[in-house]
Amino acid sequence: MPVPGAAFMSTEKLQALIDNIPYANFLGFKAEYQEGSVVTRLAYSDHLIGNPFIPALHGGVIGAFLEMTAVIQLMAESEESEIPKTVDITIDYLRSARPVDTFARAIITKHGRRVANVRAEAWQDQVDKPVALLHGHFLLRPQDKS
Amino acid sequence: MTPSKTPDKQGRPVILDILGGDKDAFLDTVPHAKAIGMEIVEIGKASGVLKIPYSEKLIGNPQTGVVHGGVISSLLDTALGLAVICALDELVPIATLDLRIDYMKAATPGQTIYARAECTQMTKTIAFVRGTAYHDTIDDPIAMSVAAFMLKSSSVTTHKLPQQD
Repeated sequence: MPVPGAAFMSTEKLQALIDNIPYANFLGFKAEYQEGSVVTRLAYSDHLIGNPFIPALHGGVIGAFLEMTAVIQLMAESEESEIPKTVDITIDYLRSARPVDTFARAIITKHGRRVANVRAEAWQDQVDKPVALLHGHFLLRPQDKS
Repeated sequence: MTPSKTPDKQGRPVILDILGGDKDAFLDTVPHAKAIGMEIVEIGKASGVLKIPYSEKLIGNPQTGVVHGGVISSLLDTALGLAVICALDELVPIATLDLRIDYMKAATPGQTIYARAECTQMTKTIAFVRGTAYHDTIDDPIAMSVAAFMLKSSSVTTHKLPQQD
């Protein structure tokens, strides 16, 4: 999945960036490289549950996790320290997310000068059975937008 | 697909009777909503308003102190689900099919975020909802969203009604 020739941040730099985001820590968000691409992990915790009767993770948590994965992928590939701004996201919920660890990865479908189009997918035990998909647009270098 | 209809906006949502009139009890069944500090402002027929006070643990950008977009996703997803439940004539399990969020501006650090959602159309199996997140006035939105929910979703057949004492 890595784009040929794309620059990647070091694992340490990537994790330091995430550790600096309070909401990422609150959710239990981690990122690492697997076979050259970023794989993110949402460690299961009781406070992520949206429906205790199923039980299932909150849909908003899955949305947040996918959005973070997309943003981290953008930052890892561009080596930018500025956080891209989310313009819009669409999330498709395919299966209810069970109370276990969730993983995700993102692909930058188009990296424009100002806007990037990104797709991401989340899964639990089986990579080929995604629980949710995201596609979204992100504003790059938001400070420049004036 | 069965024809859709506009849900009845008159009267009292059935969920309120199930909760014994206590609107706040709704979020007792949503642990994550409680964990990030969501509260119910208002429940109406086919609509609902939620709020989330500013908190440091919700920050997404440490440089600016702006809350993470994911917090808005959770708030809107919960408000949209609440609006669907408030539109039902009998309580059935629901599941989000998809959710689109457009972010119009960053939330202001320190300020409470509100989300109002309304169920606009319903078929036998699907509910369509719209919602807006804002600070002071809904006319100056932080984010707007549309979603579709499945009713009587098969993956949630084990769903039980909230217990009443």
